[in-house]
Amino acid sequence: MKHIISVLVENKFGVLSRVSGLFSGRGFNIETISIGPTLDPTVSQMTIVTTGDERILEQILKQLNKLIDVIKVTDLAEKEYVEREMCLIKVNAPAEHRAEALRIADIFRARVVDSSQKSYTFQITGDEKKISAIIELLRPIGIKEIVRTGKVAITRE
Amino acid sequence: MSSKEITGAEIFLECLKKEKVDTLFCYPGGVVLKIFDVLYGQKDLRIILPRHEQGGVHMADGYARSTGKVGVALVTSGPGATNVVTGLATAYMDSIPLVVFTGQVPTALIGNDAFQEADIVGITRPCTKYNFLVKDVKDIAQTIKEAFYIASTGRPGPVLIDLPRDVVTNKAEFHWPDHVDIRSYKPSVMGNKWQIKQAAEAIAKAKKPVAYIGGGVILSNAAAEVLEFAEITKIPVTHTLMGIGGFPGTHPLSLGMLGMHGTYYANMAIHNSDLIVAIGARFDDRVTGKVEGFAPEAKIVHIDVDPTSIRKNVRVDIPIVGDVRHVMVELNKELHHSKEPWDQIRKSWSKQIEAWREERPLTYEYADDVIKPQFVIEKLNEVTRGDAIIVTDVGQHQMWAAQYFKYDKPRDWLSSGGLGTMGYGFPAAIGAKVANPKRDVFCITGDGGIQMNVQELATAVENKIPVKVVILNNRYLGMVRQWQELFYQERYSSVDLGSTPDFVKLAEAYGAIGLRATKPSEVVAVLQEALKAKQTVFMDFVTARYEKVFPMVPAGASINEMIFGEEPKKEEKKLKAVK
Ligand SMILES: Cc1ncc(C[n+]2csc(CCOP(=O)(O)OP(=O)(O)O)c2C)c(N)n1
Ligand SMILES: [Mg+2]
Repeated sequence: MKHIISVLVENKFGVLSRVSGLFSGRGFNIETISIGPTLDPTVSQMTIVTTGDERILEQILKQLNKLIDVIKVTDLAEKEYVEREMCLIKVNAPAEHRAEALRIADIFRARVVDSSQKSYTFQITGDEKKISAIIELLRPIGIKEIVRTGKVAITRE
Repeated sequence: MSSKEITGAEIFLECLKKEKVDTLFCYPGGVVLKIFDVLYGQKDLRIILPRHEQGGVHMADGYARSTGKVGVALVTSGPGATNVVTGLATAYMDSIPLVVFTGQVPTALIGNDAFQEADIVGITRPCTKYNFLVKDVKDIAQTIKEAFYIASTGRPGPVLIDLPRDVVTNKAEFHWPDHVDIRSYKPSVMGNKWQIKQAAEAIAKAKKPVAYIGGGVILSNAAAEVLEFAEITKIPVTHTLMGIGGFPGTHPLSLGMLGMHGTYYANMAIHNSDLIVAIGARFDDRVTGKVEGFAPEAKIVHIDVDPTSIRKNVRVDIPIVGDVRHVMVELNKELHHSKEPWDQIRKSWSKQIEAWREERPLTYEYADDVIKPQFVIEKLNEVTRGDAIIVTDVGQHQMWAAQYFKYDKPRDWLSSGGLGTMGYGFPAAIGAKVANPKRDVFCITGDGGIQMNVQELATAVENKIPVKVVILNNRYLGMVRQWQELFYQERYSSVDLGSTPDFVKLAEAYGAIGLRATKPSEVVAVLQEALKAKQTVFMDFVTARYEKVFPMVPAGASINEMIFGEEPKKEEKKLKAVK
């Protein structure tokens, strides 16, 4: 089962390695992880996407809570939440494919953030489904490179 | 610079005084010279120089386990720091409070592969409860305060503080924080009231309950509460290797140790129980055997300060997170209220347990011509009247020391349970003796284990720390040999220690006393002479080479599937007598 875990941590050096070391040392999976500052400069926000059965998930949550630098752990599966990911996609765009590439981008409201004579780079934001869908449609045209941020998520009010 | 400013090294010393540290196990080197200079000639601290940093950390560990206080060690950077890793991992696995200081290269050189640089904070992250790199002299006091707090609260553990050279040479004013508040670290102390009530009800309802106690009982000083609990409810008590002394070994309700080398009756009681009350224990694989086959009918109440211990290995019906002592106080209150006819309730279960006790008591076959290792432990128990601190290494001797000595008090048994560190025993015994100069401290070790930190003989002799060392000398890495005999078709690969050194001469070479026994008739005299001696003593007991530790649960089996020694069963004995 896939889970999104939101973790508030002290903004100190070494914290990322404590968290990632916890996962690697105990054989837990990390699918994606993203970290950024919060309104409080001493606190950072991590969003971790992981998989595992109920028992493993319980351990992950408890072990995260046990880390000295972890302030708060929330399993978003228990809440209503919005998740987003950003992805940059560089596609081959020779003359004969340019129109098609732009048409697909348009359907998904992707923005062109760079273009050259042979390529376009699109920026797309959305949930996992949307990003997978655009990648599938662009694949036949020829994707040169993909860079993804990993998920961020926030609870709904 | 104001005149009130002092160096980081001086701040370090002031902090140790504030934390009431009375003993420091430390080994010098380049980047910590400034600290050693401050230590020179001061009178408030006892300074013990081990002969190897690993020994130093085990000494601090022995000091901590035997007193409940935080053990403190200091070493240099690079090799000094890497030498403490085993000691930290040992303490971490057994939740022992230590604060270990390592020197570090100057902050400007960190990451440059400088001379004697090691990323010790990175290396020890998975084997410490927490660790710090101090980057500013102004942070030393706060860091040390937090380190002692983290090490000694919640589930205790070792904390490492890395001190770069410039941080201890720079100056700052000394401010000792009067309290610690770490927003992300708030260990739970009190257990949930409702859960405690549930547990009390389950205990009253149970027909076949067992209490299973672990190191948490020792760490939280809950032995008195556990005794009260058992005596109210007439519940039989079994303990783990780490829980030895948490309940009196001579008490009629004691089942002795459970698990891989536990007693038959403890394992049978657990296996057939309908309720297990786990108190400060963590269902380690050496205890549960095959998890799927563990106590199939039992409901489980689990009391532990560490929520991650709960439901890690086995299902739990009533979890109670909190300090073991606090929870037991509350649970006992609850049980006092319920006026159950406990004796009546337990009658048939006690009878069953007595039957198991009689069916398979803990025994070995005595011999006249050769010293059986179990015999030495029994005699040690008699000679000391059970009143001694026993510190062990790891192997067969450790299991015999657990089985055949009766421990009635907490903190009288010190052993590396979680990591199983050979080489732990002797230095830990030195640390225990330093902390308890009036007690008799015996190290029970093997011919293998003693050779892993034998250099500490110099420390013991030089500092007049009279530890008495019982070497059960089977000329083998006995425990490994036992597994090879039982499970590897007697292919004895790298276990024959052949001509072990002459331990008597070795002791004498260091200025200690060496004694030897080769016949059972000599055992008691050697133990008595050692007990009387005012110096460090090595006792070389030349024992039966092929003796094995029984009973035993083979790896992968359930704990009711035990194997026993060749000792003749009662019926067979009778048959032989008839012939
Ligand atoms: C540092 C370390 N290395 C290896 C082992 C594996 N090991 C466990 S028991 C044992 C044999 C110990 O031999 P000895 O000290 O003579 O004790 P005995 O079993 O013979 O009583 C070994 C090698 C260990 N526990 N620790
Ligand atoms: Mg041996």
